[in-house]
Amino acid sequence: MSERTYLDAASAEPMHPAAREMLLSAVDSGWADPVRLHHEGRTARLLLDNARAVLADAVGVRPDELYLTTSGTAAIQAGLTAVRAARSRVGATIVHSAVEHSAVLHTAGEAAVEVGVDRLGRVGLAAFTDAVRRPGVAVAALQSANHEVGTRQPIEAAAAAAGDVPLFVDASASVAHDVVPAGWSVLAASAHKWGGPAGVGLLAVKKGTRIAPAWPMDEREDGLSPGFPNVPNALAAAAALQARLAEAEELGKQHRAWIDEVRRRVAADIPDVEVVGDADDRLPHILTFSCLYVDGEALVTALDAEGFAVSSGSACTSSTLRPSHVLAAMGVLTHGNVRVSLGRDTTHDEVQRFCAVLPGLVQRIRAEVGM
Amino acid sequence: MNVDLDCRGLLCPLPVIKLAKTLPTVAVGDTVTVLADDPAAATDIPAWCRMRSQELVSAGENQYVVRRVS
Repeated sequence: MSERTYLDAASAEPMHPAAREMLLSAVDSGWADPVRLHHEGRTARLLLDNARAVLADAVGVRPDELYLTTSGTAAIQAGLTAVRAARSRVGATIVHSAVEHSAVLHTAGEAAVEVGVDRLGRVGLAAFTDAVRRPGVAVAALQSANHEVGTRQPIEAAAAAAGDVPLFVDASASVAHDVVPAGWSVLAASAHKWGGPAGVGLLAVKKGTRIAPAWPMDEREDGLSPGFPNVPNALAAAAALQARLAEAEELGKQHRAWIDEVRRRVAADIPDVEVVGDADDRLPHILTFSCLYVDGEALVTALDAEGFAVSSGSACTSSTLRPSHVLAAMGVLTHGNVRVSLGRDTTHDEVQRFCAVLPGLVQRIRAEVGM
Repeated sequence: MNVDLDCRGLLCPLPVIKLAKTLPTVAVGDTVTVLADDPAAATDIPAWCRMRSQELVSAGENQYVVRRVS
């Protein structure tokens, strides 16, 4: 296989070296049950407390406001459900944008009011305000930025519009990559998105936001992490986040400039291509575009054969054969779709090689169907 | 004049490719009616019309009417 260029950091990043080091040492030192009173248990408890303190500080809450879950999806499902249950006297409606993570759409279920987005993927603030101010709304959910197209959402304005209705912000795509705006009551994030291990989700609930948890409130840290906690993973997640935040400014600048370059070159070098998402008010590391007449699966496979790993929101690349609900909600072309996302190891040379190789592959696939 | 284009059972991008090949064969002002049941067509046929500056006359129930304007 040729030299690999990994451009799918938004799906998963290799573990940050700081996290890997921490994980290996914590496997040896943090294996015991943190609720026990013996030396081994107290050691594990100390490590867990440290991890929670770092993670809480990074997302801007106190340690006793941070719940650890087993994934970002679990954090969204548990958090939205718990806020909705606590506000059952008000109503059961969950207002959310049409481009939220599928975990939000699934959890909201039939009691959902979906608010549309514009061509750039940004929620309509007037419609959002109108929906959230109607009677019966338990909670409003709005992502900090979109995981597929990078467009940021107007979190502060949405929080102001929501008034007394708690704002649930899925910040999974943003944490450690971009500043998460203030105004939220509940926040969800996921460690593997910042180079931490898989299996660690964060659910931050600000004081004053009532929740009625459906998970067991056992003796373990007053329900803050139900079940036997994965102390080594929590520590590794904290180490990765700390390291990543220290690098964030420099990486953010670099990624922003390189994504600008890919955006320019894709638009200039490939005819009939639609580059989607906001060009400026966006995450630094994500770019999505769709090529007319191109099969998304064929393009992902062709890129893979050339050494490039990317993802796609096209229907043919999903198990359901339905296009990405994000692209569909935006009304942009869904076939021939490619998402490029840069990680901390991505180099400018790799970005340039991608830009150089892509047009030929698109042309070849089009030629195969006579276009 | 209208030309029917049966793309039922075909997955995107095929319905869009067929539309792109068929539209130039009708006169400016005439229409092509695409029958397509792939869910992606609901987004992609309107998007194609927008990108290629052709007119989407109507869209719904797996049926899309497109007018050639240039």
